Amino acid sequence: MNAPKNRVDIAYYPGCSLATTAKENNRSLIRFCNRVEINLVELPDWNCCGSSSAHSIDSDLALDLAARNLSLVPKGMSLLVACPNCLLRLNGARLHLKNDPEALKRLEAEFGRSIDADMKILHFFELLATVDLKSLEGPGLKGLRFVPYYGCMMARPPGMMDERPEQGQMEAALKSLGAEPIRWGYASRCCGTFLSVARPDVVTPMVDDIIKGAVKAGAECIITACAMCHMNLEVRHTISKKVPILHFSEALSLAIGESDKDWFTRHLIDPRPLLRSKRLISQ
Amino acid sequence: MNVTRRDSDFGKKVIERSGTDINRCLHCRCCGGGCPFIAAMDPPPNNIIRLVQLGMKKQALESSTIWSCVGCHTCSIQCPMAIDIAAFMDVLRGLAIEEGAKIAEPDILGFHQEVLGSIRRYGRTHKLEIMLRYKLKTRDFFGDMNVGLKMLARRKLDLLPSKVKAMAEIRKAFERGKSRALQIVAEKGENP
Ligand code: SF4
Ligand code: SF4
Repeated sequence: MNAPKNRVDIAYYPGCSLATTAKENNRSLIRFCNRVEINLVELPDWNCCGSSSAHSIDSDLALDLAARNLSLVPKGMSLLVACPNCLLRLNGARLHLKNDPEALKRLEAEFGRSIDADMKILHFFELLATVDLKSLEGPGLKGLRFVPYYGCMMARPPGMMDERPEQGQMEAALKSLGAEPIRWGYASRCCGTFLSVARPDVVTPMVDDIIKGAVKAGAECIITACAMCHMNLEVRHTISKKVPILHFSEALSLAIGESDKDWFTRHLIDPRPLLRSKRLISQ
Repeated sequence: MNVTRRDSDFGKKVIERSGTDINRCLHCRCCGGGCPFIAAMDPPPNNIIRLVQLGMKKQALESSTIWSCVGCHTCSIQCPMAIDIAAFMDVLRGLAIEEGAKIAEPDILGFHQEVLGSIRRYGRTHKLEIMLRYKLKTRDFFGDMNVGLKMLARRKLDLLPSKVKAMAEIRKAFERGKSRALQIVAEKGENP
């Protein structure tokens, strides 16, 4: 490693998916941050952001659940949110509170903690923009041909259109680490989200189209920005051609020679044969 | 369709609650054109806007469209009038429950109920329990068994929930209960 830099502390909200079904996403993200001297301070006693269900039925509940997490952020710290859906919920609540001082007052009183409605809520991509990837030692990604999959994270409600767009960030980051992004038509197609449970009949053909798109594009793997997308693509496809699906954080960690075999055994489509053939993992 | 029974205040109420002015809608149908779930919607999203504009409450609230919308905002980036269609759909779902409308997609509502129930019990979602309870509720025990088993085998489903410590704060959020929809959802099943 280079000379010791100052470590940066950032509050971190993993969210339910990364804490459970997508632990490999969580661990690879933490591992990468560690290596680039970013210290993630997990929000103490965080709660579910409300997911898709709270706002689907009750916007007040959605606001309160998201706001409680904001009240847990240590003063003056930025908040990193790993999951795009949680990010939308938390940032949406922050914007709401910025424009609704009464709600802000009520919630601060309820939780007995102050909420900074101007706090910076970051996606991992924004954090990544502050890191000089090329300076990191590691095997790189060795021409790994991938299609980037953002799901619906690039779409936003009209009230949030000013927020920074994420498009192209995965491609740029992974290209600088030696991977080869391929253009395709499905990068921002919705993965089906929770309808994967209640209406698998609707979601299965959508997911199959996405995977077929990746095969047609000649990709060796799909790289996802969202743990929910990752899961839906893995569990809902029915076509026989298997395309491994990596979390963006796993790809980054692999590039700098950090990985754990435990991450890859948690995938439903085993990425290890591909990673071995690329000499990105040994066993 | 019965066009005689109209609620002329309905549109106003929806606009107020959603904070999005659906009267700006041009009915250009860009929203439905790009919606990934259009096949599961009857009628398309702009028709729901039309029904609400016309005060045809029952038809709007009993449509499958409002439940099949996942709020992905794909339509918002296409709408030339910057209408927040996802927020509009959120409000209609809440109203459908409040007004006792016939729920066109009870399984989708059932899923939301399980997720909210889990958050109310633990402050976080416990996916294994949500899936099992959802299976019990829909009485579809064997559909998707394969997927569930694969997820278990890959250690994707934790057996025990992780729980928030300050549960009183979570309960308060649920109790605030300004929303009648949430209360009704709670009365109907024991959760949330
Ligand atoms: S895209 Fe916007 S303006 Fe066009 S029909 Fe849909 S809601 Fe109306
Ligand atoms: S937000 Fe709803 S209506 Fe709009 S594209 Fe997504 S699913 Fe369709």
